[in-house]
Order: sequence, then structure tokens, then C-alpha cells
Amino acid sequence: MILAQMRNVTRRYGDTVALDGVDLSIRAGEVVGVLGPNGAGKSTLIKLLVGLRRPTSGTVELFGGSPLDPASRRHIGMTPQETGLVPTLRVAECIDYVARHYPDPLPRDEVLARFGLESLARRQTGGLSGGQQRRLAVALAFVGRPRLVFLDEPTTGLDVEIRHALWDAIRAFHAEGGTVLLTSHYLEEVEALAQRVVVIDNGRVLADDTVDAVRGLVGVHRVSMAAMPVPPLPGVVAQSESDGRVHLLTPDADELVRALVRSGVAFRDLAVRPTTLEEAFLHLTTRKPTADQPLTGANA
Amino acid sequence: MSALTLTHARFLLLETIRVPVALIGTLFFPSAAMLFFVVPFASDDSVAATYATASMVTFAVMTSNLFGHGVGVAADRALPWDAYTRTLPAGPGPRFVGRILVGLVMTAASLLPVVAIAALLTEASTTPLGLVLGAGAVVVAAVPFTLMGLAVGYGLPMKAALAVAQVLFFPLAFLGGLMSSPTNAPWIVQTVAPYLPTRGAVELMWAAVADFSPDPKALVMLGVWTVALAGLAVLAYRTDQGRRFR
Repeated sequence: MILAQMRNVTRRYGDTVALDGVDLSIRAGEVVGVLGPNGAGKSTLIKLLVGLRRPTSGTVELFGGSPLDPASRRHIGMTPQETGLVPTLRVAECIDYVARHYPDPLPRDEVLARFGLESLARRQTGGLSGGQQRRLAVALAFVGRPRLVFLDEPTTGLDVEIRHALWDAIRAFHAEGGTVLLTSHYLEEVEALAQRVVVIDNGRVLADDTVDAVRGLVGVHRVSMAAMPVPPLPGVVAQSESDGRVHLLTPDADELVRALVRSGVAFRDLAVRPTTLEEAFLHLTTRKPTADQPLTGANA
Repeated sequence: MSALTLTHARFLLLETIRVPVALIGTLFFPSAAMLFFVVPFASDDSVAATYATASMVTFAVMTSNLFGHGVGVAADRALPWDAYTRTLPAGPGPRFVGRILVGLVMTAASLLPVVAIAALLTEASTTPLGLVLGAGAVVVAAVPFTLMGLAVGYGLPMKAALAVAQVLFFPLAFLGGLMSSPTNAPWIVQTVAPYLPTRGAVELMWAAVADFSPDPKALVMLGVWTVALAGLAVLAYRTDQGRRFR
């Protein structure tokens, strides 16, 4: 079942094209991660889906209706940006305020408990730490018992412990059948939560597939070893060094290793493994495929 | 009125009263003006005190709406929270109407100390009917200044809105004749006042609570201002909504 859909959506701000002919379907029960550099169009994508913006052309559907119609938004949850909370309202009041917009909201105590906010209920949001504000902001998305939740950079700037606590809450929601669309700077976050990745850049969908497929899409492997210096080798698309190790990205790991051995250079601790999503992502967004041929994986 | 409108009004009111500085503009200035300019000079003269009190009531209506909406709306627009509320399953209506309600509540709150000071510390007096008519005049006078506040708040960013509200309120008060008696005002006030919205508002107030026949020109101009400010407010609102949500 499709909960939200974009068909050939283009959105311009003046001369800037934020989204350019985007097609996207969000199916029930998915966790979809949207990846892209700053300014890629991630936030515009969410704004169109929740009815904050209208498409310049194309159609956006939310639960079969227009996102501009309040009734279509009854089953979604959204997170305000962390700086967006009203500083004078108390935590419990923010939750109550949001709850009144929904026919059957979660009880306030349950929201507080799920997001570890019990001890903060009486505090004004302006006095909370950044991490606490973020937890409240994410919690607000779940107040109305949504079926589809939009999380725009849910854990940006949080320390690891809080991030993992939020991940657990998102996973619990997914386990109950909830659907999530999240954007993130943290590729680790998308790998940890999402089954499906949409990579966008310059307003276009570059890839839309499973995490594994996107990783494999570029067919790039990472060959790393302790060796200094490394001679010029064939088929290296990127090279970096850390902790005395050299990391080479290559589409043909076998040929690279053969060339490495032939070069006679001394190396040890050779490791070959598939790229992380981050590496695949960098590869995709720097390769800039032509506009007419977005990359698609085997499952797309 | 929907429950959601009242919810929005309640939370907007909570936001407002939790910022003590915001209350000063609304509650302190009209009462202070009353204490400094009316009580020492006109407290013994029943007629003068009544006129002066009506002027201060008009002043309070103007400042609370001009600052409340002008600065309040501009501040809200700057907060991502305002955009967030648009993703909840309600249109912009309940929040907007809630905002107008809060303006009325804050206006009433700013009037109470003025009227209390007048009753306790001056010889100002009116009949029960005068009080009722005065309340009606407050509602009529609140309309153009609410619209003025909304035009400023939706039309300008926060800092500019504050500056413009500050620049507007004093000349409007002084030149409109809120700080002088109905009959004995400086010539500049006599010349300019009929063309300002404050004059029509205060003349309505004077006519409501005392024996005063308002200048038709000032009342017509009040109507003209109300229509013009409504147009300006609608334009500013549409432009803002278009900029942020279209």
C-alpha cells in the first residue's frame, strides 16, 4: 500500500530548481532514508510531502489526498527543527498542544516514557539542552499515533548515546508497523535504520534502492593495507590515508591487488571489503550522472 | 468556535504571559501614562479626568494591538515552530483566529488597570450606559489597530516590526490628540488629528463616556483607515503565506 507519492515533481524557488522531476513512492511499513549533500533538495522533498510547500509542477499525494488538505495529514507525524520549539512552553504542554490536533493521540505519559522525558515534563523547552530539545522534537512526531513519520535530520548534533536511544524508538515504531521517511547527514544512521535508500543531489534522484543494492550499485570495493608509499596503481578512483593505512577505492579489486603485488612494494594487513554506504554515496554524488540517466540498481 | 481555536488561543496566551517583558508594553505603559499624565493634572476635574481616561483607554487599545500583533506575529514567523504547526492536521484558520482572540484578551487586560486607576485615583466618572458604550467603542477601535499590527507583523521581519511599531505609536497618539484635551489641543494636533485613526477612535470613546459630539470627518476617516489597513493586512498576510508556504 502506498502512503505517499510524488509523480514527476518539480519545485523551483525563483531561478533555483530544488527538485527536478522527482518520482517517489513511500510504501506502508518501510523505513526510507533520504541521503544527499546540503542543498540537494532533501528538505524541500519533505516540505512538499507534508504540505508546507506546493510543487511547481507534478503531483504530490498523501494518503490518497493532497497534503495541503488537513485531513490528509491526520496520519502523519513531523518533527520541528530543534531550534523551533517555543521556549516558554513546558515539555508537557508542547505534547498536549500537538495531541489536541489528533483524534486519538498517545497518552502524554506514554510519550514522555518512550523518549525518556519523564523527568523533564515540567521544564520549559528553552531551558533544555540541545539533546533534550531534539528528543522532544522527535517525540512530537509520534504523539498523534501516526502511520507515517517524517524525520528531517533527527539526530544531527547529538551524542552517540542519545542518538542510539532515538534509533531504538524509531525501530520500535517500525516494528509496530509504522512507516518512516528520514533524511540524514549520517550515513551510518541510514544504514542502521533504513531498508531503502534514496540518494538525491541537485534535485534529482540518483539512486533509489535497498541499502545493499546502493552499496553494490557502484561496484566499488575498498582495498586497504599498511604500506607507504603506494605506487600509482590502475583503476583507483579515490585514495585516502588514516592510522598509517592506505585506503584505495576501486571498481576492480582483483586487478588492483594483482598490480599491487607486481609492483613489488612492501605491504601488510591487506583488507578488501565492499564500500560503506558513505563511500558509495560520495562516489555517486561526485560522479554526477547525466540528467537523463539516473542510476538505478537491480531492484529498481 | 472550534475547540482547536481555543487550544491555539490558550497556548498563544501562555507563550505571551510567560515573557514578562511583553507584558510590560501591554500592562505597564498605559497604566504608567495614566499615573504620570492624568492623575497629577486632571484628577480633581471630573470632566477633564473622564476625557483623559478615555484617551488613555484608546492609547492602551492601540499599543496592545500594535505591539502585540506587530511584534508577536513577526517573532512567530521567525520561529520554525510556526511552520511546524502547519504540518498538524489543521489549516491556518484556528491559529489565526486564536491570535485575534489573544489580542482581545490582552487588550482587556491592559484596560483594567487604566480603568481601575481612573476610578480610584481620579474624579473621572461615567454612567453604566457610558461604560457599556465605552466597551463597544473599545471593540470598534480595536479593529483598525489589530489590522495595523497584523500588517506590520506579517509584512516585516522582527526587528523592523518592532522599530516600526515604536515609530508609529507615539505620533499616532500625540497627533491624534490622545495627550491633549478634546477642545484645547495644539494647532498641529487640531490640523492633523482628524486624518489619523487614533482621532476617530478617541472621539468615539469620548462620545461614549461623556457629553461629546464627534467630528464626522474623524469618524469617516476611521472607517477609511479600517478599510485601508484591512487591505494592507490581507496583502501582508498573503505575501507572507506565499513566501513561506507556496
